[in-house]
Amino acid sequence: MSWDVSAVRRQFPFYANLEHPLHYLDSAATAQMHAAAFEAMGAHDIHARSNVLRGNHRLAEAATLAYEAARASVARFLNASAAEEIVFTSGCTAAINLVAGALAHSLQAGDEILVSLAEHHSNFLPWQRLRERGVLLRALPLDAVGCIDFSRLEVQLGNRCRLIALTHASNVTGALTSAADIAAVVAAARAVGARVLLDGAQRVQHGPVDVRQLGVDFYAFSGHKCFGPTGIGVLWGRREALAELPPFMTGGGMVGRVAIDESSWAEPPRRFEAGTPPIAQAVGLGAVLEWMLALPWERIRAHEEALLLRLLAGLMAIPGVALFGPANAADRLPVIALRLATHHSHDVCQVLDSRGVAVRGGHHCAQLLHRALGVEETVRASLALYSDADDVDALLAALHEAARVLA
Amino acid sequence: MNEAIYQQALKDLAQAAHGAGRLAGHDGEALRDNPLCGDRVRIEIVRNAGLITALAQETRGCLLARASASLLGLRVPGQTPEQIAAVARALREMLNGGELAADAWPEWAMFQPVRGHRSRHGCVLLPLEALLQALAA
Repeated sequence: MSWDVSAVRRQFPFYANLEHPLHYLDSAATAQMHAAAFEAMGAHDIHARSNVLRGNHRLAEAATLAYEAARASVARFLNASAAEEIVFTSGCTAAINLVAGALAHSLQAGDEILVSLAEHHSNFLPWQRLRERGVLLRALPLDAVGCIDFSRLEVQLGNRCRLIALTHASNVTGALTSAADIAAVVAAARAVGARVLLDGAQRVQHGPVDVRQLGVDFYAFSGHKCFGPTGIGVLWGRREALAELPPFMTGGGMVGRVAIDESSWAEPPRRFEAGTPPIAQAVGLGAVLEWMLALPWERIRAHEEALLLRLLAGLMAIPGVALFGPANAADRLPVIALRLATHHSHDVCQVLDSRGVAVRGGHHCAQLLHRALGVEETVRASLALYSDADDVDALLAALHEAARVLA
Repeated sequence: MNEAIYQQALKDLAQAAHGAGRLAGHDGEALRDNPLCGDRVRIEIVRNAGLITALAQETRGCLLARASASLLGLRVPGQTPEQIAAVARALREMLNGGELAADAWPEWAMFQPVRGHRSRHGCVLLPLEALLQALAA
């Protein structure tokens, strides 16, 4: 049985409320939100709105239960060992900054952090800032199509490396970091006593993740990229990896005992959740992840791959189109970066928008990757489980139109 | 709509690239980046007796940015900083929905179709912002 796009679109209020035809191919930036998240957040704020982990009246109890249930849903989605390994943040960026900020306290001048040139700025700049403490930042280079060149791992990994931070899937080329490459990274990291963090922002939209199988120490993602609300993100940390980190932010809810001279910190995850967390957003994320956990991902992946191949074939037939990323569909997400002759991506996107096709132009917060590919900006189309062949065909037709208008 | 934004006159203006290049000597310079797309404009100017006597621009950007920069190369030499400030005000007002001032450069009118596309205002304004920065330096 094939994946029923019409049926799934009925579960997305966005599609039910479209006033004009729109081919939304920008899910890598923000995916549309599933009805489960709308309903869960609305119900929570009507029936159980209160602060969490503080009060003991009935609403506070209900809110805390809902918040912790969402944490358990995230743990299931990631196959984490325990819900206590899940830290809620305001987004993927905040999750990565949390690790960088907390780790900074223990870093010495001369320690090293290893990233790659494929990273989103959110998984590059937090590490670059550690250079202010004398930390050396190293980067794995890319191959000709923009994939991380893991053959350079041994050369780039120094004995004083403390953490390796890599993308699980590129937000530009869609290139997946393979399980084999991740395993090699983890083994190399263990040999020098380094931790491994994966940026899962793009990957989570395409199905549950098994962090235990991946073997990494930290995994970060955002709610809004996996059909959930904005303003919520997740840091998963292996229990012992979280335990060795001091807090990044301090405030209410993350302490043990406070004294005038010194205070003690709560155990993870509360140690990293200072202040009132995004409660309703966490509840919405939990609801949408439960929906995702029940989906037939094999069928969805076949559907997305078929669309990807249709798109790639159509793009290769357009004169002047240059494509980036892996040639093999199995090695990538349905995310495609392209150039249309010498036309600027924003000009191309403008024409596409006038044809009801929403894609993104620019450097996609990945300037280093673009420079490595010899370009400054690209047009990026990203497909999701609610995309269909009409979306792909509309994009291809609009690109022909853009070539005509901009010539 | 596409034809309105990407009218032939605008494409011709971008293609003409008036003032493209660098000046052998200059007394004002600015480099501005568009954080959305990484577009970059470098403006160099020479001033003499209260006038901007020469302008050079290097623009890596979209058609709108290149046309806007080209217009600076065409129109700025011979203008005063005060005139440039007035021109900048006129452009901003037009992009924000106002009428183009009668004494504004008439070529700004070709950017009127951009008014409804807020995310592109920065493309048109980038060269002018670089020029204002160079004048303030």
